[in-house]
Amino acid sequence: MKKDVIEASHAIAEAVKLVKPGVVAAYPITPQTHIVERISEFVANGELKSEYIRVESEFSAISACLGASATGVRTYTSTSAQGLALMFEILYIVAGMRLPVCMTVANRAMSAPINIWNDHQDSIGVRDCGWIQFYAETAQEAFDLTIMQYKISEDKRVLTPSMVCIDGFTLSHLYEPVAMPSEEEIDAFLPEYTPYHAVLDPEEPLTLGPIGFPSHYMELKKTQVDAIDNSINVIKEVFHEFSKKFKVEIPGNRPENYDVIESYKLDDAEIAFVALGSICGTIKEFVDDLRKSDEKVGLLKVICYRPFPMEDILNSLKNIEKIIVLEKTVSPGAEPPLYTELRSLFYEALEKPEIRGFIVGLGGKDVNFEKIKKIYDMVKKGKGKKVEWVF
Amino acid sequence: MAILGLPEEEFFSYGHRACAGCGAAIAIRLITKAAGKNSIIVEPTGCMEVTSTPYPETSWKVPWIHGAFENSAAIASGISEALKYLGKADKINIVVIAGDGASYDIGFGHLSGAFERGHNFTYICYDNEAYMNTGIQRSGSTPYAASTTTSPAGKMSIGKAEWKKDITHILAAHGSRYVATASIAYPNDAFRKIKKAIETKGPTFVNLFATCPTGWRVPSEKSIEVARLAVETGVFPLYEIENGKHKLNRPRDPDKLKPIEEYLKIQGRFKHLFKPKKRTDVIEEMQKRVKENIEMLLRYEKYGL
Repeated sequence: MKKDVIEASHAIAEAVKLVKPGVVAAYPITPQTHIVERISEFVANGELKSEYIRVESEFSAISACLGASATGVRTYTSTSAQGLALMFEILYIVAGMRLPVCMTVANRAMSAPINIWNDHQDSIGVRDCGWIQFYAETAQEAFDLTIMQYKISEDKRVLTPSMVCIDGFTLSHLYEPVAMPSEEEIDAFLPEYTPYHAVLDPEEPLTLGPIGFPSHYMELKKTQVDAIDNSINVIKEVFHEFSKKFKVEIPGNRPENYDVIESYKLDDAEIAFVALGSICGTIKEFVDDLRKSDEKVGLLKVICYRPFPMEDILNSLKNIEKIIVLEKTVSPGAEPPLYTELRSLFYEALEKPEIRGFIVGLGGKDVNFEKIKKIYDMVKKGKGKKVEWVF
Repeated sequence: MAILGLPEEEFFSYGHRACAGCGAAIAIRLITKAAGKNSIIVEPTGCMEVTSTPYPETSWKVPWIHGAFENSAAIASGISEALKYLGKADKINIVVIAGDGASYDIGFGHLSGAFERGHNFTYICYDNEAYMNTGIQRSGSTPYAASTTTSPAGKMSIGKAEWKKDITHILAAHGSRYVATASIAYPNDAFRKIKKAIETKGPTFVNLFATCPTGWRVPSEKSIEVARLAVETGVFPLYEIENGKHKLNRPRDPDKLKPIEEYLKIQGRFKHLFKPKKRTDVIEEMQKRVKENIEMLLRYEKYGL
């Protein structure tokens, strides 16, 4: 196993090299650029034998992936914010056509005002497009999830596209130690691509992407939704296999056993943070600090946001008295999404915890120890509104 | 029914739901005959996608894919590179068959991108000069003075106020090694051009004029007659540009064109130019443009662009 201190973006590029997509199609957008530049170098050096399409827009990037995937090859693309929004229409179509396209989203705020820094408005905004969504905390997780997403998306029980979300700059541009399995090891984990979906082939002519009238549309949509609902078992299976095959090499840079959520010091906790992505690293430090003064606090990190792991979350939080949801997104005119989903989860629970929502870190605003402490103290003292903005 | 001299094998089956006399359906029969069995067809959203693939039925005997309205050229780019990766690039033709709305308008940027990148595929626009699938709205291809549902003729309007976009020359300017115009009224010429486009390496383009009887308000049995008149009057001249060299196929004499009136008066979309009052000014302006265009094409042939 190769170990290196490497930028998270480059770790993802290394993972893509190991996955060996037949076609890469990408368009540059900050903060995703370091990923696609490094992949370009791999192709230019002959280290990666992919056909690399330098498209004229993100819209064409995802469309080219659609075409290539339908031809029966593994594909890769990556984008951020406005680029993901430009892909929006095709995200639905790729998922509806059950093509296992894989991408990385380097999370960035949505314009206006234009802002290149991190939050989760972009990927949370496309949560209902039918893609599996993973959120990475560390460069190691970004690397591992990039490998695993292919095995999950391409599984014949799943055939659903997936995105691995990494926080722009705060993770994408961060140098961290990463352990990377060899090509042989990854080949054994993720063999050469065999498509289990319909493929464009003159020997067996099929019509892909036809019109579905009201007589069939809803039935077809149901099979698609069933597949992503049921994918949670395949995700657990793949996570388990990966964790068993590739043990932790660098302590603390990934969960020992990957699961759809990571429970951090929740066993005896009374107060639990819930969050996605790189912010979880800061929260873990904060939890460790509080634990020194015997505060019973922990963290639930949501790694798999779609499908939403309802049972796992409910089980992990069943004895918690107060839940603090930290979100780097908003739903203008309503309460924030993860907060809403957690409250909905506990609607039928006999013991209902107090659930508080905090909107933080929009447009790259730093979420540091002081802010997390301020939030924690507010909740502990029962101060503030149900949902608060913390600037 | 066989068309004289063309392969008898059909890859676009009868039973589709297109209107009687649909020019696009005739176009697709010709295109698939020219492309043959070892082809992958990409179609954007439009009349022919809707009428030929009502799930679980299909008219297509060759592999066919539809993604969205504006991304056929990008899908074709992905297919082209995937085939290259699989080592099948030389064995399979990739043919986009798109309407004018998808080609001239909404998908134009992506079409330009795919041509600039030089993927090996053929893009055929079946040009019926408006958004027919949504109910005859004007597109960048709709001719001057045509009445459509979004450019209706009225007291203050002669129909569409703008001239048709010259998409063929724009694509030629991308450096494509073969672009051409063709018409369903000249099937042998169209067949030859489509085949040539497919056999030429890199991105190639054919603008294939295809009557829409419903949208142009002509009887369905006059579909071919109208398309032929479009050529004979010089409204839609047939030409090809191979390796940058122009060749005007027909009509070749700007002084012997059939009067444009013959073409206009049989179509409901131009009827406001004749009734209640004949708009001689508009017709004369159109006639002048048509003649100038033929003269320009002859200049291109003689001196280059």
